[in-house]
Amino acid sequence: MPKTGVGVTVIRKGAYSKVTGEAKYSDDFVLPSILTAKIVTSTQAHARIKKIDLSKALAQTGVKAILTGKDHSLLCGPIIKDRPPLAKEKVRYYGEPVALVVANSEYQAAHAASLIKVEYEALPAVLSPSEAIAPGATLLHENLGDYQIAVLDNYPKAKTNICGHIKIRKGDIGVLEDCDVVIEGHFSLPQSDHVAMEPRTARAKIDADENVFIKTSSQSPFEVKKMIAELFALDPGKVIVEVPFVGGGFGGKSAVQLETLALMASKAVGGAEVRITNSRENDFVSSPCRMGLEATIKLGATKEGLLKAAQMTYLVDTGAYSDIGPRLAKAVAVDCSGPYYIENIFCDSLCVYTNHPYVTAFRSFSHESSTFCIERMMDKLAHKLKIEPAELRRRNSLMPGFTSPTQVRITNSNFGDLLSCIDRVKELIGWNEGIYIDAGNDVVRAKGIACLWKTSNSPPDAHSSAFITFNQDGSVNLNCGCVECGPGMKTTAAQILSEKLQMDIKRVNVNMDVNTKYNPEHWKTVASMTTYMLGNAVLQAAEDAIRQLKSLAAVIIKCHPEDLEIGEERVYLKQDPTIFLPFAELVHGHRYPNGNSIEGPVLGRGSFIMSNIDLLDKETGKGKSGPAWTVGAQAVEIEFDKKEYTYRFLKAATVIDAGKVINPKIAEGLVKGGMCMGLGLGSREHFTYDQEGRFEDTSLRSYKVMHFGQTPQYLVSFVETPQIDAPYHARGIGEHGIIGIPAALANALSLAAQVEFDQFPITPELIWQLKTGGGV
Amino acid sequence: MLILDKKSVINLNVNDEEREVAVRPSDILLTTLREQLGLTGAKPGCLNGDCGACTVLLDGWPIKSCLMLTVEAIGKKITTVEGLKNAPIQKAFVEEFAYQCGYCTSGFIIVCHALKNIHPDATDIVIDDWLQSNICRCTSYEEIGKAVKAVLAGQYKSSPTPV
Amino acid sequence: MIPFDFEYYQPSTVAEAIDAFTMLDEKGKDPVYYGGGSELISMARLGNRNFGAVVDIKEIPECKVLGYANDNLHLGSALTLSEIIESKQFPLMEKSAGRIADHTMQCKITLGGNIAGTIIYREAVLPLLLTDSKITIASRRGVNDYWIRHLFHKRLNLQKGDFIVKVSIPQNLLQIPYFHIKKTTNEKIDYPLLTTAGLKTEGKLKIAFSGLKAYPFRDDDVEKVLNDEHLDFQERAQKIAIALSHDILNDLWGSAAYRKFVLVNTIENILQTMKDA
Repeated sequence: MPKTGVGVTVIRKGAYSKVTGEAKYSDDFVLPSILTAKIVTSTQAHARIKKIDLSKALAQTGVKAILTGKDHSLLCGPIIKDRPPLAKEKVRYYGEPVALVVANSEYQAAHAASLIKVEYEALPAVLSPSEAIAPGATLLHENLGDYQIAVLDNYPKAKTNICGHIKIRKGDIGVLEDCDVVIEGHFSLPQSDHVAMEPRTARAKIDADENVFIKTSSQSPFEVKKMIAELFALDPGKVIVEVPFVGGGFGGKSAVQLETLALMASKAVGGAEVRITNSRENDFVSSPCRMGLEATIKLGATKEGLLKAAQMTYLVDTGAYSDIGPRLAKAVAVDCSGPYYIENIFCDSLCVYTNHPYVTAFRSFSHESSTFCIERMMDKLAHKLKIEPAELRRRNSLMPGFTSPTQVRITNSNFGDLLSCIDRVKELIGWNEGIYIDAGNDVVRAKGIACLWKTSNSPPDAHSSAFITFNQDGSVNLNCGCVECGPGMKTTAAQILSEKLQMDIKRVNVNMDVNTKYNPEHWKTVASMTTYMLGNAVLQAAEDAIRQLKSLAAVIIKCHPEDLEIGEERVYLKQDPTIFLPFAELVHGHRYPNGNSIEGPVLGRGSFIMSNIDLLDKETGKGKSGPAWTVGAQAVEIEFDKKEYTYRFLKAATVIDAGKVINPKIAEGLVKGGMCMGLGLGSREHFTYDQEGRFEDTSLRSYKVMHFGQTPQYLVSFVETPQIDAPYHARGIGEHGIIGIPAALANALSLAAQVEFDQFPITPELIWQLKTGGGV
Repeated sequence: MLILDKKSVINLNVNDEEREVAVRPSDILLTTLREQLGLTGAKPGCLNGDCGACTVLLDGWPIKSCLMLTVEAIGKKITTVEGLKNAPIQKAFVEEFAYQCGYCTSGFIIVCHALKNIHPDATDIVIDDWLQSNICRCTSYEEIGKAVKAVLAGQYKSSPTPV
Repeated sequence: MIPFDFEYYQPSTVAEAIDAFTMLDEKGKDPVYYGGGSELISMARLGNRNFGAVVDIKEIPECKVLGYANDNLHLGSALTLSEIIESKQFPLMEKSAGRIADHTMQCKITLGGNIAGTIIYREAVLPLLLTDSKITIASRRGVNDYWIRHLFHKRLNLQKGDFIVKVSIPQNLLQIPYFHIKKTTNEKIDYPLLTTAGLKTEGKLKIAFSGLKAYPFRDDDVEKVLNDEHLDFQERAQKIAIALSHDILNDLWGSAAYRKFVLVNTIENILQTMKDA
């Protein structure tokens, strides 16, 4: 039985290329002529560059060029143009690229790079956001006020380390002091890393006609094209970006960094093709990482547990350069209440420079961090009021008619059914069997819960597009610009098309790569917005194609196009399906028996642009930042050893309102992958620095991620409340598996250990420290 | 005594074929396989032996080709993922959705394939031991576990062409 | 990508190895002996180690021995941890080797490499210290046996140009009751916070440690306290922790104070588990 459409599990497009080793990622294209560039990175967190000695390196065989900050005056950044691709005069983070060696072979580049000596004069390092905003703090960017700002709605504060500030002023904060109960919490979350299995890589060349070709492991080929064209003052039509398979992104590959360096290198060698690939160490530290967060939250509630007012200050540690940091700060503010109704909110979300590696988008775009804070607060409130934690969340759920922090009105379509998610996750995890169970022998089992929500924070004009063409046998080709980096968006798009055309998915071909020359533009493959944006564009393109098919068929069958329907690669008369024309006789036009031909080929064209997305009001934050939210509930059960302070994962459950699950097996796998990443974040992943902000270690030897055999039993379920404006009502779910897991884990451990965990990762040593004070 | 004091042409047995490569003694096997033989299935993930994306088989046993000199492979049999023709584990990975981005997949498939050959009755503990050598950042490992257990239980047989 | 060149020598006898090393050393090539290579390649790549030549001992038959002679089990230094584990001849060594790095790495890391390499944990030496094994060293002066406890003090004290040929473990100690507990920060495969290994012979426990300090060790005074029947288990654990207090490792994996806490719990667990063995 051929598989068609949405709501069915179909084998992913490109599956066999991945299990046979055939799938090509950006650095798999081996070329004898390609040059290699290697970066030399800063060993200081904050310092003036006194001298760079290139003499030995330049003398090495095969070295074609060496670039430093002196060789360019570029400033990059999607929001604030504050980052030189190679450090100029000053380094602001450990690992910042300081020099770029271009050589005939990788060996020669590495050898020459090892001979470059840099002399630094250390400057005081600013190592936390609160330190950065304290009076008299050392400034990272003395010229902040002079930087070009690429957007209308970011307001950095000159002569400070604050590069963005979003305010939420909703209702009357005076209500807070009149609440029956007020609780306060302080949270401190360190930076961590994406650790995509494929380190970042890019290559660039300039041909004789001055076309610039860039091949890169990127989630944002069209953003690369735009940024490169702007930065190097190039005609965008002559910038061609290619993205083959990408070995994981998680947001880290949505930023533009190595592409700039690759092109600078290529320019320095007369346009020859140059590749630059991160070592794992550089991927950790030189390329952008996940944000850190400090937060102070005050919640006021009635004695029945109904939230009435919130006062919050968030400091986003954006590291040495802003990149997308100001948008992360915005995302924190937009969803700061969690999926709960709070009538009065006073929130300041600041984006702050520190001498840490700079940050970019990371799976769930700040929500994994801000959710940790609000969900820990909910548990504190539940504990204070002696209300059952799941029940407290139920009572406060946003409902249609209520408003979000930025005063968007909630509807069933834009929010979904949080209550069902909570109820179902309780069932999955066995919540009613008890959330604290003493199992004897110093062993305790505990469960923690957290709710999640997320809307997107794309530019208000984010857009997508799709083209459809047909083959002579009636099978269809989908031409789209989303990247295949893991979540299977190509398959999702193909399934949507297969549903609309009522065609066997095997007869729907889709390009697995992206080439900005041939594929129509798609904003970026991020934000869990691809299904929504590209899916809608695909539907429009399909409708366009169907109109053409019906119009042509109507002429031949001699009927009205409205009397026609499509299915099984035929256009048929509704009232008598035995009268039909196969696609194969229409898609390239129709040829009559006497040879005369009419109307074709059929070409489907679809566009989508975000609608009614606002720039937030500067003073109140009022505005709509995304089309809808995806909500869900998660729970974690752990087994805790009260004597040794160690723990292990037993179960982790997630229920998400997916609107419509397009491919059950893909959806489940995606959510579980996010949950696994969340457990890693909550239990072991973080950057560690010495007192001067230098990294102690930048390898997978010390930065541990989850491994096989350490994970719990995963339980995933979906609820389906339609999002009316989404293709087949499907909400975005790609990132969401991670969002509430660190919080649910911390809630479970706080209960088990009877200690408040307001930070992560929660290691056995941390538990021991908080329980015993840290001495023996 | 074998002595290689400069870049030399040597023979390697790769996927049951004798292949000639030109290597310096300091070249690592991963680079030689990828850049001289075009066998890019094995991937660089960390070059430090921590992630397993570079895993190949040496005389049937899994090793991390990023931490092996090419010259050490003289006289040994190397198997890369390209040398597996429709192995049961490949079909299992497709049908169990045991991959997402696919970058770690070659490494996992090699380890699972070796496990099936060397320990066809592997217990869960042995499976855990072997598979802890590889990192997957996209999945939760659950599908990978299902795939390898299904293959050990004989559920997937070789098939001529992918459907 | 190792950013420098070196020469590769693969001797097939002990004498060839010594001669090659000597010749390369005299030529100023800075040779190193090469076993599994994982440490050397990794350090070379990061610029932490430089050498002009490697002498790969993996094809020397005496270094690959795995069998019995003279009431001893002989394990060649070029055997991989995996080969030793799969042979199932020495359970305590199986456990020790089985927790050093992940399984695939065990297929490459050699016994000799783990004992004589740079990484400080050297967990494969613990069973050898506990069984008072012999170690056979090849040097310019010939091939000689030594008691490992005479040659291993914080690390194996070898002269330049020496390499390990094999170790010899008394056969009668291979199957006696033992324990092996490895405590890590979080993960199963990781450097140790604390690895304790031990044996019970004639009613007494022997114990060796790795990860607690910057070197593996056995301590006679600690063993006395461990077996002191005048103290209860908790008292023995506390006394041992105090005795070992100085020099406890303080690093990314755990603080010294935390390691001490883990030590106390681990000693108590051992005493409890082994009391009826």
